[in-house]
Amino acid sequence: MNEIIESVKNLSIGFNSQKGKQISILRNVSTNIKKGETVGIVGESGSGKSTLALAMMGYIKQGLFPLKGECIFKSEDLLKMSSRQLEKIRGRKIAMIPQNAGQALTPNLKIGYQIDEALKLHTNLNKTERDKKISELLNKVRLPSPETMAFRYPHELSGGQQQRVAVAMALAGKPDLLLLDEPTTGLDVTTQAHVLELLRFIAKDTGTSMIYVSHDLGAIAQVSDRIVVMYAGEIVLEGPARKILKEPIHPYTYGLLKSIPKLSLAGLPASMPGSQPQPGSINEGCSFYDRCNLATDNCKKNSPDLEHIKELDTNVRCFNYKELINQNNNLQTSITKKSNNSEANEVLKLKDVSISYAKQKFFDQLLNKISDQNPTVKDINIDIKKGETIALVGESGSGKSTILKSIAGLLKTKDGQIKFENDRILSSDLKMRNPNDLRAIQLIFQNPDESLNPNHTVEQILSQPLKLYFNLSGEELKKNIIGLLKKVRLGEFYMSRYPRQLSGGEKQRVAVARAFAAKPDIILCDEVTSALDVSVQAAVLNLLQQLKEDLGTTYVFVSHDLAVVRAISDRVAVLYQGRLCEIGPSQNVYKFPSHPYTEVLLGAVLEPDPDIKPKLVAEDIVEEKPPEKGCSFQGRCPRKIGDICNSEVPPWQIGENGNAIRCHINIKELASLQQ
Amino acid sequence: MLLLILKRIGLGLITLFIVSLITFVGVEVLPGDACTTYLEREAYGAALDACIKRLGLDVPAYERYLDWASNVIRGDFGYSLSGEMPINEVLGPRVKNSLVLASVSILIGIPLAIVLGIITALWRDKLPDIMISTITIFSMTIPEFISATLLILIVAIWLGWLPGIVIIPSDATFYELLSNIILPVVAISMIMTAHMARMVRSSVIQVMASDYVQMAILKGVPYWKMVFRHVLPNALLPAINVVALTIAWLLGGVVVTEVVFNYPGLGRLVIESISNRDLPVVQALAIILASIYVGINLIADLMTLMLNPRLKSLQIRK
Repeated sequence: MNEIIESVKNLSIGFNSQKGKQISILRNVSTNIKKGETVGIVGESGSGKSTLALAMMGYIKQGLFPLKGECIFKSEDLLKMSSRQLEKIRGRKIAMIPQNAGQALTPNLKIGYQIDEALKLHTNLNKTERDKKISELLNKVRLPSPETMAFRYPHELSGGQQQRVAVAMALAGKPDLLLLDEPTTGLDVTTQAHVLELLRFIAKDTGTSMIYVSHDLGAIAQVSDRIVVMYAGEIVLEGPARKILKEPIHPYTYGLLKSIPKLSLAGLPASMPGSQPQPGSINEGCSFYDRCNLATDNCKKNSPDLEHIKELDTNVRCFNYKELINQNNNLQTSITKKSNNSEANEVLKLKDVSISYAKQKFFDQLLNKISDQNPTVKDINIDIKKGETIALVGESGSGKSTILKSIAGLLKTKDGQIKFENDRILSSDLKMRNPNDLRAIQLIFQNPDESLNPNHTVEQILSQPLKLYFNLSGEELKKNIIGLLKKVRLGEFYMSRYPRQLSGGEKQRVAVARAFAAKPDIILCDEVTSALDVSVQAAVLNLLQQLKEDLGTTYVFVSHDLAVVRAISDRVAVLYQGRLCEIGPSQNVYKFPSHPYTEVLLGAVLEPDPDIKPKLVAEDIVEEKPPEKGCSFQGRCPRKIGDICNSEVPPWQIGENGNAIRCHINIKELASLQQ
Repeated sequence: MLLLILKRIGLGLITLFIVSLITFVGVEVLPGDACTTYLEREAYGAALDACIKRLGLDVPAYERYLDWASNVIRGDFGYSLSGEMPINEVLGPRVKNSLVLASVSILIGIPLAIVLGIITALWRDKLPDIMISTITIFSMTIPEFISATLLILIVAIWLGWLPGIVIIPSDATFYELLSNIILPVVAISMIMTAHMARMVRSSVIQVMASDYVQMAILKGVPYWKMVFRHVLPNALLPAINVVALTIAWLLGGVVVTEVVFNYPGLGRLVIESISNRDLPVVQALAIILASIYVGINLIADLMTLMLNPRLKSLQIRK
């Protein structure tokens, strides 16, 4: 157990800037990986965690080069090896499981070939033995019908299946060390929980050491024995997983854990101010100085060393860590938010809304009608009150973004009506809406990199809605822009900046400001925090809540992240395959009894706590189309009672605590089943 | 799959029908008709009437179109005006000549372009790339009539190694042609190869930066194996359509090059028949060139479909 497999010593990796300055991305990183151990490397984007993981395979991305230090694997330095020598180690001794298996599998080669390639390179088996081994491997990663799976192309599999193939491929060479680079990011919650479960099983079964790189402390908590926390290219905290997650003694880790929304906690997570420094802009002193609330003058001038604390078996890079020891009982707190006035009027009503993506037939096009018996989204009835935050949750393909697009007028509805203010019907065609309605409903998109025009300055971006809806110009326009920036806590000097000069969080603030520029009644938020780092996410959530409390805006908040939804929403609607499963006040939806699908989703959420394990109650099958009749969740339901689920659409039942559930099982019985 | 092929062929035929209509209408609305053009100053009285009668110009236009179209379907393009010989006999040797020029250029140019493209991509920003890229950009920017003229000046006139212009009858044998087409092939290949090499280069670079190539490296796949199995099949797929367009362009007659070298191919025939106002030949050429484009693009599309597993299963599922 204590044999060291790979050790990184004083590794620094960097690049040459355009001014000829050497800029390091990794600074003086040292760590050891022991046999049979799973090490989680966690950090936000830009912390250098992927660069470190790749360097541990002797791979340095183009444009980067090692400045000093070494990566010793079995007494040899990987960074000094020739590519011939590395080919012998990669895949055979150290194997990689990539972040996005969908893109990491070569599209023109069959699954079987790609696994066979690894077997041919790294084993001495003959053709028939290899064929047998391929089905064995596919079976081991629990893919259905492994014999036929080998003849399929990567794109014919679902995301979870592709990730399993990548695992099988990595296991082909029987490596001593597995490197996992965000292996579950981008998968649906239930799939993610299943893949993690598989990885844990494999680690135990084969005794392979693993390095698990992720930004997601929830996933790290489930698999790691030891955790390494990276910040701005340095290790800031390293120790046993339980200690790091329960009693973090570095202020960054502490803040990071506090900024993660948790299922068990109502209210918003606390946010950390600022953002991670860019490589090259780190001066003397501690790199976390600007964001730290324990910082002293000493931290500004001197940068702390990684200090080993024997009694905690932990390495920490902080002068003042002692202040955090035994202070951690308040990790489980959050900012309570003002609940909205439930007496308020309804501002938006969705009545029997159905939306279809089916291609119109020629004659239907002429008659401007859509004939689709089984539309993507069907029978959506939601009344949204003024000033409330309603969240639509579900996995990919649940139709949550589709509904959002229809409210925005970007997608025509097939049936049903969208009513706005005093039951006035909004046209489903954007061109038919009057300018005031267009102003009243604004959208914030998932990825600010794509939703902000890269050739416009912040001033131009914000002036467009102001000019369009309020005809402002000159001094008044400028005053309004500054006011908007202040609202989203950005200074006046941001006006002349371009989006590329802003950090991810700042960009999303600009996008929020642009939506509020129109003084909208309703803001549609489409996964607005999923492209952001955790600490930035918390800040954006707090900002949205603050603006809502000040201005009384209504939010329709779409997200796949149940913990985020828990934090921000007043009411939650759970969707599966474009059909509503459950709707109710959020504190009740997160309490049982709930719809079997909600139960599955809640069970799969990963909490940053090694003691809370996900419950895997349903298979992670991907359904391509909603069922023609019956309950939408019939294909995966763990509580299916029989034919009635296949043939009849379940009725709505209202639970004691006010959440409505669409299920054939009596709600009282559900409650006792879920106890 | 079969249904898809039939569908694409059907679409191609519709395209050809529209092209034939446009050319026919275009010829109709030109002032004067075939007889006035042919007879020139004698186009009056009995001679004109006789000509109109002989060419059947006295029947309504749509009848003439149907008549012409049904003959074309049977492979008969009618008679040319100037030579008064069957158009098929005029076209035959020209088509053959263009085919020879095009296929030699294709056989040399396309493999060369692909190899150069791959070399420049794999040695990106290193000496081989810088040298080849400079040459390709250079030969891309010089218009073909200049490069052709320069070739004649240097190789034929100063050095005297090869004949400057092609002085062979249009019905010359294959071997006679071969010895004469070296300079035209070089002139054509220069531009064609440069364009395609640039395209292949950027395509390979793009694939080399993809996640699956990084994965292959991290899997321990040896470099050249990775290039041949993981990179090239994916990088060359988008090149198929460009290659197809280039082939169609070559078969359709490289007008400028053929004129400069006096090569008796389709391209020069286009120029000649237009300046002679030999309308039946122009009509025939339009149809033939359109068919070449439609046919080759059809083949290219089907090839892309076959080679790209993604598209293939998508189509089958539908």
